[in-house]
Amino acid sequence: MEVCRFRVLFLSLLAVTVLPGCSMLGGRGDDRPEPVAPAANAEPVTGEPDQRPIIEPQVERREIRRSRIDTEDFELGAYVGVLSIEDFESNVVYGARLAYHLTEDFFLEGTVGQSRAGRTSYENLSGSADLLDDDDRDYTYYALSMGWNALPGEIFVGKNRAYNSAFYLVAGIGSTTFAGDDRFTVNGGFGYRVLPSDWMAVHFDVRDHIYDIDLLGEKKIVNNLEAHLGLSIFF
Amino acid sequence: MSRSLTPLTCLWILLLFAAGAHAEDQSKDQSDDRFSEDAHKILIADPFIELHTGPGRGYPVFHVVERGREVELVKRRTDWFQLRTDQGIEGWAPREQMIATLEPTGEPLDLQEPARENYMSRRWQGGISGGDFDGASEVSAFGGYAFSDNLSIELTLTHILGEFSNGYSATLGLVHVFAPEWRLSPYFTLGTGLIYTDPKSNLVESIDRDDQVGYVGGGLQFYLTRRFMLRFAEYRHNIIFTSRNDNEEVDEWKYVGFAFFF
Repeated sequence: MEVCRFRVLFLSLLAVTVLPGCSMLGGRGDDRPEPVAPAANAEPVTGEPDQRPIIEPQVERREIRRSRIDTEDFELGAYVGVLSIEDFESNVVYGARLAYHLTEDFFLEGTVGQSRAGRTSYENLSGSADLLDDDDRDYTYYALSMGWNALPGEIFVGKNRAYNSAFYLVAGIGSTTFAGDDRFTVNGGFGYRVLPSDWMAVHFDVRDHIYDIDLLGEKKIVNNLEAHLGLSIFF
Repeated sequence: MSRSLTPLTCLWILLLFAAGAHAEDQSKDQSDDRFSEDAHKILIADPFIELHTGPGRGYPVFHVVERGREVELVKRRTDWFQLRTDQGIEGWAPREQMIATLEPTGEPLDLQEPARENYMSRRWQGGISGGDFDGASEVSAFGGYAFSDNLSIELTLTHILGEFSNGYSATLGLVHVFAPEWRLSPYFTLGTGLIYTDPKSNLVESIDRDDQVGYVGGGLQFYLTRRFMLRFAEYRHNIIFTSRNDNEEVDEWKYVGFAFFF
């Protein structure tokens, strides 16, 4: 930086001192005025004096990089529905899902959902004896599943509209937190997806969540059926 | 009353959003029937390309674009590409057909895919698996980064769900694939991490435990297709460095896992 500044200073000083001297040297020999009209052999004023071609080729390179193609393999959405918790009534379930479409046939899906258990028939009949604390009635689950688009197709609404759809089967594993414990859960089910547009899907899903529980003394397998309606967006 | 209304309200919001989004999409379709400025245009070099109504072979063909026509590449989903013709018709074409298309410069469109050959040049990998941890069930998710053809570093998060205790573990380890060029290849793994065990409350010794864990193991991986692999029969011999006098040795089996790479 410092060197550069000195260089500029030096060069301007040189220019200031030398250039006036040069003009004096040149004007010493003849005092003829400069011809106003251009000489015959001089280049015409009109027309471009340089070597540029007459027509500039306007080359626009449009290259497609693979990464620039908008890839929409992920699907993010939310759902709301009804979950029947065995022995504990049915209740509203809310959830979120993230899916990754591996091929046109298969996808991976992660879901998290939340619901709340009601009261068992026993609790209602016996009056006061509660099987679970209030906190233990919260029901949350997550599931990692694999899906198969078994029946891709279209639905036709009226004469002029057709929407893409797919009937799919899903199965997976996960965990359910309920009654104060995490339980290994196997889930399976089916769903129907309709795409009102290319980037959005409306889902209807039916799932069964199966796990072991020994809350009522004896260990048993429970099936918790869930039906939900969801909306998701491809990105 | 208000409680029972909540799910209905949610449904209505979802449906209204769906309807709104659909309407917006339709209006968009009508307005921009010409190419947008920075669209990815490509030339069809195949005799013709068939456009399907959806991204899958099951969806019917409804339009054909012949050779020499320029189309716009809108987006991609799995192995399918959405194209828009100069008449504004949108449809989906499979990758196999797209390979023969050309860029405006005349070069073939570069659509390199992660295939088995590309497995060697993979960098990122992820997946899920299920298995058994000393009698308890486990659910795992893993992600890895490959340094070389054979060697990669991998982070595994596991949720252990047992009859007597639950737990979580996070491990970081090296994975060595013996022959990545083979379709079926064994691999070896070695690593360390943390394990958190939460014994169920009805047991006497109910103390939460955070312990370090070390493991050595191996398994098999099988290349399925495109970017997908199956991992199965992974065995890990874990040594849990407990605060007690004896370390605990635990056998862990990850029966089946599914992995994909980028």
